[in-house]
Amino acid sequence: MRKNLNVIAAYSIMMVLILMVGIFQSWNIALSIFNLCLISAVMTMGANIQWGYAGLINFGIMGYTALGGLAAVLISVDPVQEAWRAGGFDILMALWLIVVMVLVIRFILKRFEKSKIRTYSIAAIIISGILLIRFSAEPGIEAIEAVDPAKTGFLGGFGLPIVFSWIVGALFAGGLAFIVGKVALGLRADYLAIATLLISEIVIAIIKHEDWLTRGVKNVIGLKRPAPYEVDLQTTDWFIKLVEKFNSGKLSVIENLADRQAALNQLVIEGSSVFVKLCYSGLFLVVVIILLILTQKALYSPWGRMMRAIRDNEEAANAMGKNVVKQHLLIFILGSAIVGIAGAMLVTQDGLFTPGSYRPMRYTFLIWVMVIVGGSGNNFGAILGGFVVWFLWIEAAPISLFLINFFTAGIPETNTLKAHLIESVPYFRFLLMGLGLLFIMRYRPKGILPEKIEIK
Amino acid sequence: MDFLNAIILLLNYIFIPALTYGSQLALGAIFVTLIYGILRFANFATGDMMSFGTMATILFTWYFQSLGVSLGVLPTALLAIPFGIIFMILYMLLIDKFVFKYYRHQKSPPVQFAMVSIGVMFVTQAVVRIIIGPSDRRFFDGEKFIIKAREFKEMTGLNEGLALKSTQVITIFVTIVLVSLLFWFLNRTKTGKSMKAYSDNEDLALLSGIDPKKIVLVTWVIAGILATIGGALYGLDKSFKPFTYFNNMLPIFAAAIVGGIGNPFGAFLGGYVIAFSEILLTYAYKKFFIYVLPESMEPEGLVQLLSTDYKFAVSFSILVIVLLYRPSGIFKGKVL
Repeated sequence: MRKNLNVIAAYSIMMVLILMVGIFQSWNIALSIFNLCLISAVMTMGANIQWGYAGLINFGIMGYTALGGLAAVLISVDPVQEAWRAGGFDILMALWLIVVMVLVIRFILKRFEKSKIRTYSIAAIIISGILLIRFSAEPGIEAIEAVDPAKTGFLGGFGLPIVFSWIVGALFAGGLAFIVGKVALGLRADYLAIATLLISEIVIAIIKHEDWLTRGVKNVIGLKRPAPYEVDLQTTDWFIKLVEKFNSGKLSVIENLADRQAALNQLVIEGSSVFVKLCYSGLFLVVVIILLILTQKALYSPWGRMMRAIRDNEEAANAMGKNVVKQHLLIFILGSAIVGIAGAMLVTQDGLFTPGSYRPMRYTFLIWVMVIVGGSGNNFGAILGGFVVWFLWIEAAPISLFLINFFTAGIPETNTLKAHLIESVPYFRFLLMGLGLLFIMRYRPKGILPEKIEIK
Repeated sequence: MDFLNAIILLLNYIFIPALTYGSQLALGAIFVTLIYGILRFANFATGDMMSFGTMATILFTWYFQSLGVSLGVLPTALLAIPFGIIFMILYMLLIDKFVFKYYRHQKSPPVQFAMVSIGVMFVTQAVVRIIIGPSDRRFFDGEKFIIKAREFKEMTGLNEGLALKSTQVITIFVTIVLVSLLFWFLNRTKTGKSMKAYSDNEDLALLSGIDPKKIVLVTWVIAGILATIGGALYGLDKSFKPFTYFNNMLPIFAAAIVGGIGNPFGAFLGGYVIAFSEILLTYAYKKFFIYVLPESMEPEGLVQLLSTDYKFAVSFSILVIVLLYRPSGIFKGKVL
């Protein structure tokens, strides 16, 4: 109990902060912050596994998040039969060609010694393969994108419940991480950072522009939900009774029956939105807790000890007979898969998939700030980082507005400088994040909750 | 005649734009490479530092415009660039003093430096957006074209026009002058040589009496000049938007690494490699083939290898391939 005091204190402060938002602003805002905090926490757990456990730097978090989101679309949207009829065959042929290409390359790699001729022939196969696929799939893609482009224009998905996509998202992200890890993990730390960052940009470019698969920048909206819809709730009897019961004190004060009914309606509308958010919170909380238990178990297992040994001294671990390359690849896949889950959760919560919104600032660098600020190597720290940083990211605008008004209280409203400052309030969040990161790196380099390893 | 038309077409749509874009990338890439070679970290704040320098230049341009000062046919921004550079250098030195110096003394690993530079990136981004706002700004004035497409057609009687923007000529000219000066400085002067020595082997350089403080100072000064001019030229040619500058960091990194990080000449060429491959691979060659091939063989489609949407992806793929097969870059890097 005593030794965990700082953890408990830090989490209590965080909860109080969120509760305060609920009391002073609104419960809707508080819950949406809380939900995104939970999603951020999942992302930071993924990044923390890679950076904190194994010292692998992955600046491609954005790419894995987007792949998770893509999984949500592909799983939950109903298949567009017409599009399949129009161009499904061409797409399947293109997929088949890709498989053949990969197999041929694998065969050449296995069969022949490394030589210049081999490298060039593989390059030739890849280039001609890409050209072949591009020109053979072209008519199919055009046909698919021509199918009712305002509404569909893509192949659609499998029409399954969206919660399945959380697993599929993990698989997608893990699959990408396998490919990236195979090619890039041998690089030095800062090269790896740049390579992963650029690869994630390539992934986003593909998701943005392959309209037949993702609808691209036209966005997919109205995804299925694991939670009930507000509109349905507002007409459900038990829900109205529940709201009435909760607010019986407030309602009984109102004498007039019509007024009371109006007040109740208002409360039901507000309550329905809160209730839906609570449903999401519950789902997300389950995911966070399961992942937390698993990652904690892993951290204190022999495997976790081995990972730390590899992180702290790669050569020594190698000399002890640990397969460093294999373990690095494994942890790269695991961490990315967790990020993929978070990506699917994010799209599930929003109910829409907007490829244009994936930007490295929000989905890569902010997550890294969370991990560093919270405490890398410590799962509780990483989760706390997700909470603290997301909370500040959202609340930075009101806080800075308050501060500006406070410090410029004596200056009239019409002052140009004051007006300019108030206009640029949204950008103070970048300042806050940057300063926060710099201060933490300087004065508490291990984060708010530093890594603490006890040998049991 | 058709052959001439085809050449003009390529010049107009590929060669000149790529040369301009490449010059802008090259300046940024030399900036990245210098910081990497001497201060030994990958500076993730590159794009935002460039936008800071450009912002300072724009503010001075507005000031001069309000005073009524102008350079006639040339953009006023050229007059403002030196002042922008001073502000940029001051900002960089301030950041170095309060942020990077500490880690340099601690001899922190490069990864930690990279993380710190992310903090600097956030702060710089905020500063730029708070001062000048996030919107798109054009600050070009003066004569826009040296040769207009229509005039060229009338002059030569060809079907294809060749448009030459003054910003393109300015960019290429300034880049050539600046880069020649830089290489002269690095190869011929004592300070330049000591910078090379410091980049090559820090301990040996210190032993032979090279003052590290001076080296760092000179590095930031050169970096400030490169960042401001590179950023301002890009802004003059296209437009200034903080978000675009942040995104430009990625092709700039690609150029620096493709050329061999730590090697300024490699970075210089890397800029052109990236720019040309981006434009060559995404250009639709239909018109070109119509001119060159006989009528019976005219292509039906656009003859475009990749759609323009994948412009960035091209440079990143090149980078990934280079990293995998030749991590030291096309021109061996690691030494200034």
